[in-house]
Amino acid sequence: MGSYILKRLVSAIPVLLGITVIVFGIMSLIPGDPATAILGAYATPDNVEKLNRDLGLDKPAMQRYFIWLGNMIQGDFGRSYSLNRPVLDEVLERFNATLILAGTSFVLCAVLGILAGVVSAARQYGWADKLITFTVLIGISVPAFFLGMMMILLFAVNLRWLPVSGMYAIYGGGDLPDLLNHLIMPALALSAVATGVVARLSRSAMLEVLRQDYIRTARAKGVPERRVIMGHALRAAMVSIIPVLGIQAGFVLSGAVYIEIVFQWPGVGRMLVDAILKRDLLLVQGGVVFVAACYVMFNIAVDVAQSLLDPRIKT
Amino acid sequence: MTFKSWTRRGLLAATSGALLAFTALPMPAAAQTPPGVLIVGQIAEPKSLDPAAVTAVNDFRILVNVYEGLTRYKSGTLEVEPGLATSWEISEDGTEYTFTLREGVTFHDGTPFNAEAVKFNFDRMLDESHPYHDTGPFPLAFFFGAVEQTEAVDDLTVKFTLNAPYAPFLSNLAYPTGLMVSPAAVEAHGADFGRNPSGTGPFKFVEWRSNEAVVIERNADYWGEPAGTEAVVFRPITDANTRVAEMLAGGIDLMVEVPPTSLSQFEGDAYTVHEQAGPHVWFLILNAKEGPFADKRVRQAANYAINKEAIVNDVLEGTATVAAGPTPPAFAWAYNDELDPYPYDPEKAKALIAEAGAEGAELTFYVTEGGSGMLDPVPMGTAIQADLEAVGFDVKIETYEWNTFLGEVNPGLEGKADMAEMAWMTNDPDTLPYLALRSEAWPDKGGFNSGYYANEKVDELLEAARTATDQDERARLYREMQAIVQEEAPWVFVANWKQNAVTNERVESFGLEPSFLLHLQSVVKN
Repeated sequence: MGSYILKRLVSAIPVLLGITVIVFGIMSLIPGDPATAILGAYATPDNVEKLNRDLGLDKPAMQRYFIWLGNMIQGDFGRSYSLNRPVLDEVLERFNATLILAGTSFVLCAVLGILAGVVSAARQYGWADKLITFTVLIGISVPAFFLGMMMILLFAVNLRWLPVSGMYAIYGGGDLPDLLNHLIMPALALSAVATGVVARLSRSAMLEVLRQDYIRTARAKGVPERRVIMGHALRAAMVSIIPVLGIQAGFVLSGAVYIEIVFQWPGVGRMLVDAILKRDLLLVQGGVVFVAACYVMFNIAVDVAQSLLDPRIKT
Repeated sequence: MTFKSWTRRGLLAATSGALLAFTALPMPAAAQTPPGVLIVGQIAEPKSLDPAAVTAVNDFRILVNVYEGLTRYKSGTLEVEPGLATSWEISEDGTEYTFTLREGVTFHDGTPFNAEAVKFNFDRMLDESHPYHDTGPFPLAFFFGAVEQTEAVDDLTVKFTLNAPYAPFLSNLAYPTGLMVSPAAVEAHGADFGRNPSGTGPFKFVEWRSNEAVVIERNADYWGEPAGTEAVVFRPITDANTRVAEMLAGGIDLMVEVPPTSLSQFEGDAYTVHEQAGPHVWFLILNAKEGPFADKRVRQAANYAINKEAIVNDVLEGTATVAAGPTPPAFAWAYNDELDPYPYDPEKAKALIAEAGAEGAELTFYVTEGGSGMLDPVPMGTAIQADLEAVGFDVKIETYEWNTFLGEVNPGLEGKADMAEMAWMTNDPDTLPYLALRSEAWPDKGGFNSGYYANEKVDELLEAARTATDQDERARLYREMQAIVQEEAPWVFVANWKQNAVTNERVESFGLEPSFLLHLQSVVKN
């Protein structure tokens, strides 16, 4: 097991290096430069040249790449010009907010999705199955940002039950209930699609397993139905559900970009969008590399979990 | 227990549990903002609170409440009046400005405001060898590019020596780039000064919670009238729809830059919509060097062909007025009010086009997706396209993201396009025409005259206006320039934007300024 994990970790290094090359390449190739973005209408060639020099952007691209990479390996992600603070501070702070949001959504989508899938498989073609299938279809079809805006309109503007946006109340907030209050809508909106996908997949995985001979045997032996479903069938179905959960985790992370904008959640997705529009090279590069590294690590963790569940996959 | 009974009971228990947890949460927090604290919905997180380091109106809205400059704009106008300087004298040749400073003013950190502090501010920005020059970069330092030397004559007298007469100097001092920062605070915080600001204004900085809020509170030791609210909180809400929802839900008291289509949501007694025309002009640059627009008659035809009334009323929902010439009416003292906008007259346009033999000409039109001051550029661009096609042009739109767009337009339109959208917000009537209409301002000479307009008389007038220190004389020169430029039509003059804001019924004594700055000193929040 230990050597398997080590092998996977080593194989992640070229992936991460590849990501740094791609991000740096894209940011160098997109038109517009930070100085133009800062100066706007005042971007005369003279002013742009001077500002680029002040920002250290007058060196050749290759040289800048290696300086950036070298600093990053030593833990220095540079300084964001648009926020005027170290990139790593900003990314960590933002990533924390994204983790709270995406993590909650991920737990919601896993729990609700698997539960819905199990219930509808156990009651195939019953009313519960039909209701769940219909709800799931809606969940998958409605774009998350639209769902988010509609939730704001209903629960925040009309009913005034929940705050519109942000992570904490500006005054008198900062505690856990306050956070939950702000978290409910974005987490639900973000998890809608993933929940639907997980529910559909769990349903078909469960149906597949429920047709197996050993399930019939278990029932014939008189094992209670609840134990057949939760003990025998679900456990076997998890082998095909877990990799999908891994993929959904990625979707939840990337979907967080829209949701963070709609709900003004101070997460890394919103930060990246702002940074791209402002051509904040170091912030975009640092943020993308950090998120990609987390994604790679998460995938390794999923693979390891899978190999623990299914010995056939090992190494 | 069977699976069936387990799920039903489980579902029941789960639902009631969830409902209980839900109702137990403190709900009213969503709807009420505290009295005495004004919560402002901003369009973005500020970059920095160091006035010399920022360029965005969004950041200026906070800064002008924390800092003050030597001069400021008289309320409701774009005319300069004393600020931290009580008076000034200008030498005969217009190259020496001597300011007398206000007595007894201290920065929020307790250090005195004096001539040495003024000298520190300008040297930090302009002198590359200054020990704190590295707290920059200072992108708009060129506003004071004419300053050769700053000298502290005595404790309350400071003298600027310019390398040439430069009439916009006084109004540039009133611009946020000229706001005075505390030298002691810069020395203490270095590059982090932008997150630990200290000025002389009616509010002082309290805290900046990244991506959540910037909080400022009343400065009890302010030299002038104390602020009307205990504190102001600036919240960055980048999505316009979310900003509107926050305003409707009561999460903010004041919202700036309301999207035109959302204004109807704020009708009724609970809200007040504020509007103020500012120094903004939205225009089309026409390529006067080559192609159909090299002919003045075709440029005039474009001005006649475009229905500007329809653009400001239908596309912009009345949030702008029709522009008559290159100078916005907000510069009341320099504006030529004898000029009327080109009327919408497609027949006259067709006649002019026929006269010039430009029927059916193909035009390439650069449109941006959005950008500072660009309003609603895509719908405006398509409306313009339709109007020009109605008089016989064949218009091809090319759309670019803002930074890419600037990268295409600023180097000049030659060989690429016949026309391009553009908008400017400035603080002095000199800025835009000087940078974008002189023949010395063609892109290859470092200016923004991307359409290559050239007129000797206009060049002469603009140079003379820049060096004249008498305001009436300057005004006369600008008026003459506007009349020539309007007739020669190097641009299609389209719109002057009215900035807007919404306040709720708990906010009193709020007004927008033509400078587009947000002065909150006198605002009261109940």
